[in-house]
Amino acid sequence: MSTQALKQDPPGKPARRRSAKKAKVGPGSDGKRRDRLGPSSKPVVTLKEHIIEIVSDSGEGAQRCGQAFGSIAARMGNGIWTAEIIPAEIQPPARSIAGTSGNRIRLASHRVTNWGDEANLIIAFNEQVLLSRFWADELAPGCIILIEDKWRTDDDPEIVAAYTETIEKLVADGYRVHEIPMETECLKYVPDPRRGKNMFVLGILCSLYSLDLKIARDQVAFVFTKKAASIVEANIKLLEAGHDWAETNLDIKFRIPSSELRKPQIVVNGNIALGLGVMASGMEVCAMYPITPATSASHYLSEVFETVGGVVHQAEDEIAACAFAIGASYAGKCAVTITSGPGFALKQETIGLAVMAEIPLVVVNVQRGGPSTGLPTKVEQGDLLFACFGGHGDNPKVVMAVSDIEDCFYSMITARKIAETFNTVVVVLSDASLASSQQPFIRPHVTEEWLAPPVDQSAVPKGLKPYDWDARTGLARRFIPGQPNGMHCLTGLAHDRMSRVAYDSDSNEEGIRNRSLKLVALQKTLKTPTVFGDDEGDLLIVGWGGTKGAIEEAVGRLRDDGLKVSSLHLTFLQPMAPGIKDVLKRFDRVMTVESNWSDSRDNEFIDEDNRRFSELALLLRARYLVDVDCWSEVKGEPIKPGNIVRAIRDRQQSKG
Amino acid sequence: MTASNTQCLLKLMDEEYTLNDYKGSPPRWCTGCGDNAILASVQRLCRDEQLAPEKTVFVSGIGCSSRLPHYMHTYGFHGLHGRALPVAEGIKMRRPDLHVFVITGDGDCCSIGTAHWIHAIRYNMDMTVLMHDNGIYGLTKNQASPTSPQGLKSNTTPRGTHLEPINPVSVTLGIRNASFVAQAADWIPEILHDIISEAFHHKGFSFVRILQRCPEFLEHRFDDWVQDPDRMLLLHHKDGVQISPSLAKVYRNQEEHDPTDRNRAREIASTYHPMPVGVLYRNPDMPCYEDLRKADRLYTPDIVKTVLEKELDKFTIHAAS
Repeated sequence: MSTQALKQDPPGKPARRRSAKKAKVGPGSDGKRRDRLGPSSKPVVTLKEHIIEIVSDSGEGAQRCGQAFGSIAARMGNGIWTAEIIPAEIQPPARSIAGTSGNRIRLASHRVTNWGDEANLIIAFNEQVLLSRFWADELAPGCIILIEDKWRTDDDPEIVAAYTETIEKLVADGYRVHEIPMETECLKYVPDPRRGKNMFVLGILCSLYSLDLKIARDQVAFVFTKKAASIVEANIKLLEAGHDWAETNLDIKFRIPSSELRKPQIVVNGNIALGLGVMASGMEVCAMYPITPATSASHYLSEVFETVGGVVHQAEDEIAACAFAIGASYAGKCAVTITSGPGFALKQETIGLAVMAEIPLVVVNVQRGGPSTGLPTKVEQGDLLFACFGGHGDNPKVVMAVSDIEDCFYSMITARKIAETFNTVVVVLSDASLASSQQPFIRPHVTEEWLAPPVDQSAVPKGLKPYDWDARTGLARRFIPGQPNGMHCLTGLAHDRMSRVAYDSDSNEEGIRNRSLKLVALQKTLKTPTVFGDDEGDLLIVGWGGTKGAIEEAVGRLRDDGLKVSSLHLTFLQPMAPGIKDVLKRFDRVMTVESNWSDSRDNEFIDEDNRRFSELALLLRARYLVDVDCWSEVKGEPIKPGNIVRAIRDRQQSKG
Repeated sequence: MTASNTQCLLKLMDEEYTLNDYKGSPPRWCTGCGDNAILASVQRLCRDEQLAPEKTVFVSGIGCSSRLPHYMHTYGFHGLHGRALPVAEGIKMRRPDLHVFVITGDGDCCSIGTAHWIHAIRYNMDMTVLMHDNGIYGLTKNQASPTSPQGLKSNTTPRGTHLEPINPVSVTLGIRNASFVAQAADWIPEILHDIISEAFHHKGFSFVRILQRCPEFLEHRFDDWVQDPDRMLLLHHKDGVQISPSLAKVYRNQEEHDPTDRNRAREIASTYHPMPVGVLYRNPDMPCYEDLRKADRLYTPDIVKTVLEKELDKFTIHAAS
């Protein structure tokens, strides 16, 4: 029996703070059953923002509910960020901590750039999934809890005990618990409430946050587009039932004012944005092998790529996927391979070949926790140094990182262009959090200039060599099969300008020098990133990738409190843009904030001599000779702005 | 697909390609190496078929045999150990107008690249694959390969190999999607050439295992068969490889084999004594992956733009009115 009651600690977890002592006990905190006031007498509380979580067993549809909720709010002009709470298994046991599946929606009247801190309201389908969030410290003090009440009368006394003990304890801790007869109510409309409870809950949420029911109906119809009309109808009925039930039985009513939506926006997660970006870039081949969390990008592409003449090739393994993309690139337009950590490791030798032979290639690494199989569904920024320096020998390739959902889209267009201009590999680092998070961005204005030019099949002028490296930039025009006079044998061995195998010192040096020179040439075209906050001050936070929103929010809060903190976010990690050293020098101290390992100084063996730094910190220290400090987390979840604020304050204090 | 299609361009001048037009750098293989015979056969094929050098790509992995593309004056792709097949697949997928040849060896194909080999058979893409099988690693200096005879002493098996060799033609025939399987020997150049030609003309994945002598490390590997023609079995068919009267005098052991008969092909393939040479199996009706995945029309930037706008529509939210 996996059911746990609150008094037990989760396996392997030390007892710790879990009470919310100072929570202000609001209406409904007595934990009594629904016997609430009618809608007319409800006071409406206006909020700037709220964080809402919906959690259920895997397969009960909390994720779908959360996404729909986010989309409805976004349509009303609210800023949103939705993040998935993902179990690692397909069919985890019901009512289990590990099986918790759902969604967090951060809803605000302003633009939202990250998933925020702790939840203000949570809807749970059973007490076990609720406990998983409680134990993870994801509930804010006084958090409003809405929970399915059917467990109170379950046939299994153990379940009843677990449920009632949990509720009692949470109420005692100051959480405002409302027990909801989800099952009972849903049974009035559908025979199997397991498939429909989520829409009932969506209705409740629409009522709680004063969302437009008409927009909600449209959204439900959109979610079930592919289903029969009767199914759409049933779900809309459940939505309305949930809404009406909450209006009558709950005395909670929030309103989060929205700014008017002026421009049309796109609501997708990072992986779909990547897929859209691949199409918009004019790339025509995506070769891949299934791996979490990268694969959903290929799911989307598989649906639509053929409608623009593209192909998603599911290869027999990661190596083959990369080799296939290289073959397609070599004989035509630049291709892409999309993977995650372990797959990225397997591809290293093939990536080295593309670098050596100067074949354009885009490699997307949707990072997850490592090493080895690590945390397949959870986020980490652990592959930066690996992306820059992976592979044997001198292996210069471009490395860039996406920092939000919109970036996922545009990065593909940029990456393809760089790959084809410089005939090299461009690694794009995304992460498991961006992969499944949603954030609206302004609808792109599609232009033909994004697309790759047609494959050059003109005759190569006589006398040109396959590797006619330019002395200043290292660039050489590539010859594509089909071009008369361009015949040569490309090789992964050291080679001369004629692409002949050449082991002599001069040829080897010349090849390495020119491949390296291309990064220098690219660097000259990059712009210095803009500083968030003042251009000089006490502390500069430097970040890269998906932590941008959280870092800037944290820096904003600290600046409001009068601290002289700014931040800098890097898109290009290799090469790094010009002017960064000057920015670093204008601050008394520099610290990176990253989602990878760094030693803290709490162990007596750790000192300046042996401390392991975060990855970007190491890069910055090596390149700019600046004493860069770092703070990092490897919790397998996106960094919370509140944690960054705390970390910065701690450091400020310790430095006196 | 927006790769430009040059197949429809009129040929304005008749050019006659000669053998010399296909010769790249001078071969650096050992004297007496069977690879030389294979290279000569391949160059002859290109000349006979008048393949435009710019439209021909030789893809290889790593090993002695994989140096072959350097010795051709066509496009060549001398890539990574074991990975020639997926590279060739990527090329063929976007450029069905190119003639794609894959040159691989027993280590490259049957050891480090085995997964790709099995799946390449399954994809059945239109390419000619020549597997030079000398039963030994030559470039890395004398280590046993998966096709080395049992008991072979090499640098890594000083007391002899422990296992029976893999039979590459049996393995290939074992895959349901196999569409062309043949076995040739470097010391019978006439048949070698005919088999490579048959392989080239087959639409699909044509797999030819070529018994190839390595005079440096495994000089006597094929002596049993080289020295005693009666231990060879020459396959012929009216629709396939024919045996010339002069050759028939030397190789008296012959069988008329219908290459559509997969069961008989498997039986023949499973024996070394006699050693079969010829086309074992051919199925021209097996669909090719590149045809199954072919774009249904030419995609202009205009079409791409329109489709993309439609896709964006799906995810667009407008102000609630």
